[in-house]
Amino acid sequence: MINLKIDNIDVSVESGTTILNAAKKLNIKIPTLCYHPDLRIAGNCRICVVEQKGARTLTVSCATPVAEGMTIHTNTLKVRTARKHIIELLLSEHNSECTKCYKNGNCELQTIAAEYKITNENFIDLVPLHNYTIEHYSPSIIKDDSKCIRCQRCVRTCEELQSVSALCVAYKGDHMKISTFLEKSMLDVVCTNCGQCVNRCPVGALVEKNHIEEVWNAIYDPEKHVVVQTAPAVRVALGEDLDMEPGTIVTGKMISALKKLGIDSVLDTDFSADLTIMEEGTELLTRLKKALVDKDNTVALPMMTSCSPGWIKFIEHQFPELLPNLSTCKSPQQMFGALAKTYYAKKRNINPAKVVSISIMPCTAKKFEADRPEMRSSGYKDVDYVLTTRELAIMIKQAGIDFKTLSEEKFDSIMGTSTGAAVIFGASGGVMEAALRTVYELITGIEIPFENLNITPVRGMDGVKEASLKIEGTLPEWNFLEGVTVNTAIAHGLVNAKKVMKNVASGKANYHFIEIMACPGGCLGGGGQPIPTDSDIRMKRNRAIYQEDTGMKLRKSHENPEVIQIYNEFLEKPLSHKSHELLHTTYISRKN
Amino acid sequence: MTEVQEMIINLANKHGSGRESLIPILQAIVEKQNFLSEEAMNEIAEQLDISAAQVFGTASFYSFLDTKPRGKYIIRVCKSIIAEMKGKKEIIKTLENSLKIKVGQTTSDKMFSLLETNDIGWSDQEPSMLINEIPYTNLTPEKVITIINEYRSK
Amino acid sequence: MESNNLKKTDIIFGLCNCTSNKKYPVLAEVIQKTPNDIITEIIDSGLKGRGGAGFPTGLKWKFAAAGNNPEKYVICNADEGEPGTFKDREILLKVAGKVFAGMAICGYCINASKGYIYLRGEYKFMLPGLNKALLEFHEIIKELGYNFTIKILLGSGAYICGEETSLMESMEGKRGEPRNKPPFPVAEGFNNLPTVINNVETFVNVTMIQKYGVEEFKKLGTQDSRGSKVFSISGDTPNSGVYELELGMKLSDFVEEYGDGDTKAVQVGGASGFCVPRKKFDETIIGFEGVPTGGSMMLFNSSRSMYNVLSNYLDFFAEESCGQCTPCRVGCQQLVQGIKAVKKGVKDEEYLDTLLKLSESIKITAKCGLGQSVANSFFSIVTNFKEEMIY
Repeated sequence: MINLKIDNIDVSVESGTTILNAAKKLNIKIPTLCYHPDLRIAGNCRICVVEQKGARTLTVSCATPVAEGMTIHTNTLKVRTARKHIIELLLSEHNSECTKCYKNGNCELQTIAAEYKITNENFIDLVPLHNYTIEHYSPSIIKDDSKCIRCQRCVRTCEELQSVSALCVAYKGDHMKISTFLEKSMLDVVCTNCGQCVNRCPVGALVEKNHIEEVWNAIYDPEKHVVVQTAPAVRVALGEDLDMEPGTIVTGKMISALKKLGIDSVLDTDFSADLTIMEEGTELLTRLKKALVDKDNTVALPMMTSCSPGWIKFIEHQFPELLPNLSTCKSPQQMFGALAKTYYAKKRNINPAKVVSISIMPCTAKKFEADRPEMRSSGYKDVDYVLTTRELAIMIKQAGIDFKTLSEEKFDSIMGTSTGAAVIFGASGGVMEAALRTVYELITGIEIPFENLNITPVRGMDGVKEASLKIEGTLPEWNFLEGVTVNTAIAHGLVNAKKVMKNVASGKANYHFIEIMACPGGCLGGGGQPIPTDSDIRMKRNRAIYQEDTGMKLRKSHENPEVIQIYNEFLEKPLSHKSHELLHTTYISRKN
Repeated sequence: MTEVQEMIINLANKHGSGRESLIPILQAIVEKQNFLSEEAMNEIAEQLDISAAQVFGTASFYSFLDTKPRGKYIIRVCKSIIAEMKGKKEIIKTLENSLKIKVGQTTSDKMFSLLETNDIGWSDQEPSMLINEIPYTNLTPEKVITIINEYRSK
Repeated sequence: MESNNLKKTDIIFGLCNCTSNKKYPVLAEVIQKTPNDIITEIIDSGLKGRGGAGFPTGLKWKFAAAGNNPEKYVICNADEGEPGTFKDREILLKVAGKVFAGMAICGYCINASKGYIYLRGEYKFMLPGLNKALLEFHEIIKELGYNFTIKILLGSGAYICGEETSLMESMEGKRGEPRNKPPFPVAEGFNNLPTVINNVETFVNVTMIQKYGVEEFKKLGTQDSRGSKVFSISGDTPNSGVYELELGMKLSDFVEEYGDGDTKAVQVGGASGFCVPRKKFDETIIGFEGVPTGGSMMLFNSSRSMYNVLSNYLDFFAEESCGQCTPCRVGCQQLVQGIKAVKKGVKDEEYLDTLLKLSESIKITAKCGLGQSVANSFFSIVTNFKEEMIY
């Protein structure tokens, strides 16, 4: 333990603790900007400076480990003067149009400038000298250099958490900026649209492309029938932007709010998640049969999930040789979209041309996914607009709805019923668990032998998880799997996806089925979720998702009555011709 | 395989394909091709298993690793205060007139690029300039013309 | 105070037979002693770094020698980029062998087998000569029993890479963005391993201390500034060039020798250094106890505009800043624009006080020596030549 004094108070902390965290222990708050708990320490904004006795310069508290006998003062004239100067410097190169900025009210620069009451302009406005650009060609992300404070949180996120490095620091000196390869549009580079950078940008330099006005217009249009689907991860996070604690389950209130907004039919992505399990489970078994029975060694194993569009773009850029391994299943969002303008429209006797299909997603890549040219199986754009969780919260506030006091409502039908297996899609390991619950029962006739159907080995926040299951007692039809040990891997965060893919590409891996989610924690940590994010918040959302699962009447996808119904009435069976037409897709190589 | 690809594969074999080889490889490409093309940076990224943005972000930091096309002979005139005191302005004027381009530009035959650079280590013999890696010092307008003509006749 | 007359020395460039005859006899002697003994000698000599920062060399080596990490490095910082500095240019052109020898001695002391010379890109023309000398060097020291090889890496036009952690980032193939300190290079340096990084001239001094002995070395200079220093002199002087003098001299003596009779100001230590006006020449000592320098001495006579001088230095910093930290990246731009605005009359002269306060904040919050030093020339030029900033 190291003993030091902060603001005349003694404190003891473990060796290696930073001054910032030692101060936190004493409930002394030192402001930061470039610091983020998910990322390595940068120490470049210099906001968190404190005075250290005996030091020649001020000390950055986020980057300096404590030392025995250190004497720190966090609020002296020197510290205040310097910190005010730094804030003023940041403001002088910043386009301070707060009232028009998308991050107005949720901006870390705004917050600290307000705290220090920076009311007059001391320095020269440098903005006109910079020729800043705003880039909005990406379907998911808008990059506004005029707001950038060069904290590099986005670059570090893209490198450390996602191993994509689509963003970089370029040039030096007064030209230094956050850029892409050759300053190309985010649309034209390896950006996966995952939005993790948006989650960590402290200001309005990186925000999602928002579709709030388009959705309002659709709602107001009396000619249009607006259908909404909501992703599982939204219902455990939406409350955070509406003054509620992380991890509060707000499913019922969310439905109520959507109805109050004027949505014609509030339906559930979870329905199509259950559908995905039927299609993907059958697809896996088909591939296993080809490999083990037909001894066809051209069949692509391991099979990999395909519901994460950030992951899809990632593999299209980086491992296109492994595209055959992807499940051909669309994501639940896109399955839903294709069905909304065919099955749903037909059953409800609505002209599909008048259906506006909207999804509420924890994800920014879903905007990119909806725009993919092949996502028009219905004959129309299958998903017209994607709103992030954040955008929905904004609309709820705009409508003057008092979210906390809303009553709990239920999803509409058809395509509104779901099971616990579907809701866990929002957490890393959830797709795997849902698939195992169904596939195991399909091939053995009995429930998977985990207490209360909770397959805990695939759960949790470890970057790469592995789980193996020995199949015993198969039904005669599935004899070829008797005694086979099925090996699975689950990865979340693209840095971990890359690790697994390298193993697969080199032939070292021995898996049959892999679940990949692009975002840390899975969809619950998605690029469209409320800001801020950290491991604590994601853990709370994680617990809420599994709690929602255990609270549901039906826990296995194949038990979903609406799923049974759609096969009976419309799709016939998994992997049928109709299923392939509407629910399956293809991928493209994006390597140079 | 293109010429650029082959060049870079050879360089990766020579210097290694870890991150620490990046700058020697970038320097070698610049020496051969005068600047770093999009194709070259993509290929380097491929060989070193890093992103093209990381290659670009690193290269753009260094003044001598141009990502904009440059001429065969890159003239860098020293712009330190001592150079200014000793007549850098006249040297720049002479070069601009002789090459018919302004500072920052490249001649249309892609022979010469004219740039300014910070102290190159010859303050005792200003005005000075580098043409590629060769320093020229104690410059006068006449000397400069002679030097340029020498390069023209190469 | 007693006046110190300028004392010229010839340690650095002088023939000494320590590296000649292609035998490196000084290294044959060094390897007879223990690393500990040599480090003690270097500490005792009082040798301080010659690049400008002036850290006690022996102490640096002692820290690096402690610790059992099997892999350590010796780096020679030959990124000489401080405006007005060109002394390493001459050292490398004339007595490179002494540099190599100093590095080998360091490697022996700290148990490092790999040495690097980070040579600024502007000195690329030296490569053929240096590589040739290195070939011979490697052959000879191998025979003497040294396990040490030196590789030369080139810079690519970035002043900041003269900062030790920025240099190491560059060697690792990255942008030259300085790191947080602690940890220091002697603990976590190149590839996060223990590294001694010293200036070209510092390594030559080590070689000379081993050749002539500690006591001889201590006869030169002063208590706080032992030894000699190589100066690079330029500007309004009839004698531009490289000169070796004992440290601790009075600036007035220096100006008398090297000025043109009309010296208004001397910039000691480059753009990162201090501008001394005529009225303070007599009271200013050139050395670690007074105004230190990496060697750059720029002389300005009364025909020169100190506004132009400061403007040039600030433009330099704004361009060469790595850009990572707020005070340096934005602060330098504010200083550049600020003095322009005052000169033009767009801002009144009180704004200079605002800028002086800002420069003080930059000094105590910047992440590395570049930002921390901007205030030196800003403060000394603005306060000593205020009228020239305004009219």
